[in-house]
Formats: sequence, structure tokens, C-alpha cells
Amino acid sequence: MPPYGVIRAGWALHLKSLSMSTFFVFVYLVMPVLLAAIAFYLFRNGARHVSLFEGALGTGMMGLWSTTLFGAGEALTRARREGTLELMVLAPTPLFYSVFAITLASATLGLYSIAATTLCAYLLFGVPIEIAQPGWFAAGLLVSVVSLGLLGVLLASFFFLYRYANALTNLLETPVWLLCGLLIPVALLPGWSVPVSWILAPTWGIETLRAAASGSDAVRPLLAEIGVGIAYLLLGLRVLGWVERLACVRASLPLA
Amino acid sequence: MHPARLVDGPGRHLEVTPQVAIEAHDLRRTYRTSTGTFRRRRIEIEAVRGISFSVLTGQIFGIVGPNGAGKTTTIKMLTTLLQPTSGRARVLGFDVVHDRQEVRRRIGYVVGGDRGLYDRLSGYDNLRYFAVLYGVPGGEQRRRIGSVLELVGLEKRASERVEGYSRGMRQRLHVARGLLHDPPVLFLDEPTIGVDPVGARDIRQTVAALAAAGKTVLLTTHSMIEAETLCKRIAVIAQGRVVVAGSAAAIKDSGTARAVTEILASDVSEATLQRLRGLPGVLAVSTEVRDLTLMIRVQSTVSADLTPAILKQLNGARILNLSSRQPTLEDAYIELVSDLGRVEPN
Repeated sequence: MPPYGVIRAGWALHLKSLSMSTFFVFVYLVMPVLLAAIAFYLFRNGARHVSLFEGALGTGMMGLWSTTLFGAGEALTRARREGTLELMVLAPTPLFYSVFAITLASATLGLYSIAATTLCAYLLFGVPIEIAQPGWFAAGLLVSVVSLGLLGVLLASFFFLYRYANALTNLLETPVWLLCGLLIPVALLPGWSVPVSWILAPTWGIETLRAAASGSDAVRPLLAEIGVGIAYLLLGLRVLGWVERLACVRASLPLA
Repeated sequence: MHPARLVDGPGRHLEVTPQVAIEAHDLRRTYRTSTGTFRRRRIEIEAVRGISFSVLTGQIFGIVGPNGAGKTTTIKMLTTLLQPTSGRARVLGFDVVHDRQEVRRRIGYVVGGDRGLYDRLSGYDNLRYFAVLYGVPGGEQRRRIGSVLELVGLEKRASERVEGYSRGMRQRLHVARGLLHDPPVLFLDEPTIGVDPVGARDIRQTVAALAAAGKTVLLTTHSMIEAETLCKRIAVIAQGRVVVAGSAAAIKDSGTARAVTEILASDVSEATLQRLRGLPGVLAVSTEVRDLTLMIRVQSTVSADLTPAILKQLNGARILNLSSRQPTLEDAYIELVSDLGRVEPN
């Protein structure tokens, strides 16, 4: 079966499986309200560098990142617990595709976070939804989902090598919010951290969405995000093969 | 060292021939772990210590042994999930380390117990996903899934979520999953564990039918009845080594016991048991408490009837039942692994 067939089938299955998680459904319902509140009060009272809607987009992207991170982490931890992780490795399909299906499903669910956060901001705090270039905005969303899914594959490597890699998800959530300029502008960060921001897809994702919303140049950040995504893809294809071999040597696939 | 005794079949020096589906040669696996918080100490556990055997095409080969003997580690090495520390193994001529993808295309792996399925999804969805992962062509998936569901008798429950399945249903779904891509070689790791007797019988019948259809099956089990009924050849492993390998009959003969006398009695003193142990020809006397009575098993080396001598020693005890029988595979197994000072009941 061609890779896209594996990704499509795995994506549909994991989307279904993740949306059946009670914990996740609760997070979907509560998180956007919290994020919308953060956006409203932070950007209303602070020295505003973007519009309130663009601020809400930043918090929506925070939700997209969190959902990808925790969704993929939860799916892989559950797969280890259920014993399906070993079966995934045992299948003749290259591991990259089956893992990408999981992380892509998580990132897709993150789209809901962006939609719900901006909607909550509109309904609860009266933040107007203004998108100057809807086409580029949609393209930005699509590329963000795919590139975050690909970034998730790289992070998934840790789940194959370390049984308790789930702790990593907590560790990575907030730094990425800060490094990618989702809450505060990247320009305010220390100089050494800026190159780190550049290699993170959410940096370019939020820049594309904000540019498309305000009507400025969305092509440059979109191309940068596609470039970063391709780098993740090439790295992921190589790393996952290596990780799989190492996991078989270390016997780190089963729970115990 | 406990050198393996090969009581029939091919020798230990394995040759690759078209008939050999699975071969393991001096397979070893050491797990490395560490303990301690501030002073970390590395620990090495030798789970498999040089296992060799071969399985012919179309044969059912059983691996039996106590918990921790190395059965699952062996099966994981053969299925490419674990890399051997040393030694080599091949499946259908493909090396399990260097030709992993080739091996994976040709094998089905069925795990025992509750794990190995997506609980939140239906049985059908589980099979559909694994059909995709195993490269079953899109146009053929529906037919293959229908056929394996029918084989394991789950076609009417396939749309239900797996989390509501009984242990037996899960196990049957595991078998169906392992057969989706029609692999010529099947690895079954304790396929009937925790399954009720009727369910276990159904699974055994399915396995027998698969072997009859030409599939090669390697199964691990704790059930001696299962091993004896299904397997053409059996390897008893303990402490990571093959203790004995051969047919069930040959393994039974390899034990020193020739007869077993079972006595259900009450009011039996320890002194009486000691007297039984001292009888000429008696190898071992084991006991099992059953409510207010005691089941005494006397294993003897002589085929001659020891009943009169046993009855004489049991004078004063209340005997409820007494019978004599030939040693079973289980008797031989217990004797073999007891020799190594390690028996863990299921």
C-alpha cells in the first residue's frame, strides 16, 4: 500500500480513537475558553504589538501545539500500554508513516483549538474576527497542521526509546509557546534563542496566520514553514529508522 | 550448564534447507538495566542463554517452560522485535537482524492476553488498520477481514468496541489480526492464556486447521495438554536454555518416571509420606491439599504395580480413591524443570 494510504487510514483511525478520549474531550471544551481569556486580558492590558484577533490567533496556535504534543504523547503512551506499539513496529510498513498518522491526527484536532479560541474570544470578549486574506489564512492553517505533525514525529522518537517520555510533553509545552512568539514577540527574546525560534514550525505558522489576517506578506513565512516541514520530514524518515533499530536493541518497546 | 537433550529430530548443527521454516542457532539475549538512585548499579540479566532449534515447514512447534524461562524473549527475537545479543536466527531463510522487513512480511504474531488491540475502536476497525499496516491491497481488505472474522467466529460482533470484548473474543481477534496478510509463518505467544476451556478448544482447533493448510506455527504455552495435542515437536526451556526437545512421546519417555499412582486420602501423617518416599522404585512423592483431603502423587521408576506396597504404608489413613496411570507430559515437564530447581505454577 502506498504511504499516503497508510497515513490516511492511520489518520482516520487515530482521529476517531483520540476523539473518544474523555480526558481529551474535556480539554477541548475547557482549553479554548482559558486561552481566549488569556489572549483578551494579556493583549488588552499589555503594550499591544498586534490586534486582539491576532493575539487570539497566537493563543489558538498555543492550543494547536498543546493538542499535537499531548495528543501524540497520549496516543503513543496508550499504544505502549495497549501493546500496539510493538505491533506497529512489527508491521512491514516503515514506522515513519504509522507514527506520522498519529501525530497528524493530533494536529488536526488542534485545528479545533484555533477555531474555538477565536470563536470564544469573539463571543465572550467581543474580539472581532478579521481575515484580510482568507486563502493564505487557510493555506497557513493547513501547512501548520502538517508541519506540526512532522515535528511530532521527531518528538515521538523519544517515546520509542524511553518508557516515561510522557513527562517530556509537560517540559516542552511552555518553552515552545514562548520561543515561537505566540504570547510575546520573538524580538523581545534573548538573541541566542532566535535561531531556535526559526527552526520551530509554530513560529512561521503564527507569522503566516497573522500576516494573512492583517493583509501583509504571508508568502514568506509560509514558505519558511514549508521549508522547516520538509526538513522535519527528511530528518524524521532517517531518525525513525534509527530509533526503531535502537529500540529493538534496548528492548524499550514494551511497558516492562 | 544444562546441555540440551535432543531426543529426536534434527541435530543441533542446523543446515538451511527448503523445509526449514524457522531456525535458531545459539540465540542469546541479555537485558541491561540499572538500579539505585545516587549510586547507579548496572545489572545484566541473561534471559536467553544459547537456544537452538529448528521448525519444519507446516509443523507446529511448541515452546513450554516456567514463567521467566525465556519463551517470550525467544519469540520476540524470532519476530525481529528484539535484537539477539549473539547467535543467529532465520525465518524462511531470512536473517532476523539483517532482513527484518523480509521477515516481517512473512510472519504473523499473535500475543496472548488483553494487550495488542485498540480498545476504543471496534474489532472491524482494528482489523482494517492492521490490514493497511500489513499492506493488504485496498480492494482485497474487505474480503480478507470478512474471511478472518468468519474463521474466528467474530463476524457478528465485529462492529462492537473491543473494550467490551471478553478475554476469549479478544484472543480470537488477535488470531484474526495475525492472519490478515495470510503469512506462511505464525508466532503465537500463549494464545489461550486466560481463555475458558471452550474458547481455548476453539483456538486450538483453528491453529490445527492452519497447520493443516500448510502454515508453520511456533507457539509458546503453559498448557501441557495444548502442547501435546497440537505440537509435532516441543522444546522445554528453563533458565534460558533448551532442557529437552522432541515429540511429546519422546519427552515423556525422557523422564525417569514410568508410572504414577494417585491417592486421594485424609489423615495422612508426614511420617507416612516419608515411608512412601522410601519405597523401592519410588522417584518422587508430591502432595496437593484439596479441601480436607490430600492428593498424593507417587512417581515410580518401575512399571510394576506398586499399589499393594503403597497401601501397606498408608495403613491408618482414610483412602478415598486410588488410581494408577502412565506419566503425562506434565509429569515429565515438572520433573525436567524441577531438576533445575525452578518450577513456577501458572
